[in-house]
Amino acid sequence: MRRLISIIIASVALVLTAAPALACGGLIGPNGAVNLLRTTTFAGYHDGVEHYVTAFQFAGGGGAFGSITPLPGIPTNVERGGDWTLQRLVIETTPQEQSAGFLLGARAASADSAEVLLETRIDALDITILRGGGDEVGVWAKENGFRLPPDAPEVLDFYAERSPIFMAASFDADAAAERGQAVGDGTPVHLTIPTDNPWVPLRILGLGKGAAETVEADVFLLTDDRPAMLPNPSDLLANSGLALDHSAAASAQLLADLRSDEGMEWIPDRAWLSKIRIDVTAATLRYDLAIDVSGAGTPSLQDAGFKPFGPLPAPPATTGIWILLLASVLALPVGGVLLLTAAARGGGARPLAGG
Amino acid sequence: MRRPSAALLALLLLLAGLGAGCGDGSEPLRVEIRIHYSHFEPVAFSVPHGVLVTLVLINEDPIDHEFLIGDEAFHERHRNGTEAQHGARPNEVSIAALTTVETTLVFDAPGTTVRYICHLPSHEAYGMVGTLTVT
Repeated sequence: MRRLISIIIASVALVLTAAPALACGGLIGPNGAVNLLRTTTFAGYHDGVEHYVTAFQFAGGGGAFGSITPLPGIPTNVERGGDWTLQRLVIETTPQEQSAGFLLGARAASADSAEVLLETRIDALDITILRGGGDEVGVWAKENGFRLPPDAPEVLDFYAERSPIFMAASFDADAAAERGQAVGDGTPVHLTIPTDNPWVPLRILGLGKGAAETVEADVFLLTDDRPAMLPNPSDLLANSGLALDHSAAASAQLLADLRSDEGMEWIPDRAWLSKIRIDVTAATLRYDLAIDVSGAGTPSLQDAGFKPFGPLPAPPATTGIWILLLASVLALPVGGVLLLTAAARGGGARPLAGG
Repeated sequence: MRRPSAALLALLLLLAGLGAGCGDGSEPLRVEIRIHYSHFEPVAFSVPHGVLVTLVLINEDPIDHEFLIGDEAFHERHRNGTEAQHGARPNEVSIAALTTVETTLVFDAPGTTVRYICHLPSHEAYGMVGTLTVT
């Protein structure tokens, strides 16, 4: 069994077929095409259990929208998340003057439909936990009114080959309006997932986006110790589109605040907080985030989705490049001294031409 | 009433299930076109003019697709079309997820090229485009 850490992210909104067909073949919902609802996600890992909190934003309008999120394992519990966990993490890692404006983001020939493992309703969200391969999940999505974008078959396979567990969430905007939810209100969802699987799905964030469109997201990780990650967001040469915005021991005050939120009693007394910022084109974002908190410093190539498990070669280890650069920098003054020494020595010894 | 373009006329469709209308009445030429990860395979092929061609459209994806073949004016109309399902015309075919559909056509104009495209939203931009050359 693989070991470790946290999880996830990602939930991409998919248009449900409740919307009227406006073009050849149907499609497009009342709010127009595919939208990304997810904004900020928290993934904590402690005692072999991952706690994943994300929020679905009510964006106004009517109709139904949905999202599909890959999961590293089968959740033992899916419940409404606490109201301030995500906001508190943003405040912790963002200068106060900038945080003031933050808003919670919001015929089947061969394949059977996916197995439904769990169903629950949270506010205006219908949550379904599924187990199945890419085709099975795609069939289930179609049977349940999801209209998947053209990249969905490849992306579903990309995940199902490594972890065939998905969360489908359908968001009923009409029900949200009836509940009095205002535009911008978020419904936090908290999943409890026993797992030793350290990957954090990132590629799903680009689902339905054009190749040149930018994917922007924030991922908060709370782990017992400082994690090693692949791609390494602190590696400037890797050019992965990931940036490590925050990496420090979590303060006692932060941990106390998080622990006081609903369903967050599991927060340990000591933890490491990382914030990874994703800012990359959808065409580039073809990997996930592998995490290793074992101390071995070896996040899994498979969990990151690199070859031979995924479409991309693993990024080159840049440690060697840094060493070469450092050696070059050091060599400059040393070399200069040697050249000066040689010039000084040779100045009188060199025969003059034409003498 | 809109006049069909020359290229569209050159594209003689039809004949689903027929044995008549084509020269020697021989079996249609069969061409398999796979749809995988929202791309056509092959993306280009040739057929001789004046013979029955049965296109076997194999959708290996768990999502629906379309196969629409014609000239640029034809495609421009379908980019802004309103038909949720196709099937009444042999050059306009809807292929449900994980199903196989056959359609039979005749291409009468040698030296012409037509494209086949899926006009479901975002599918063309994603690369669901192919080219058929009539020899």
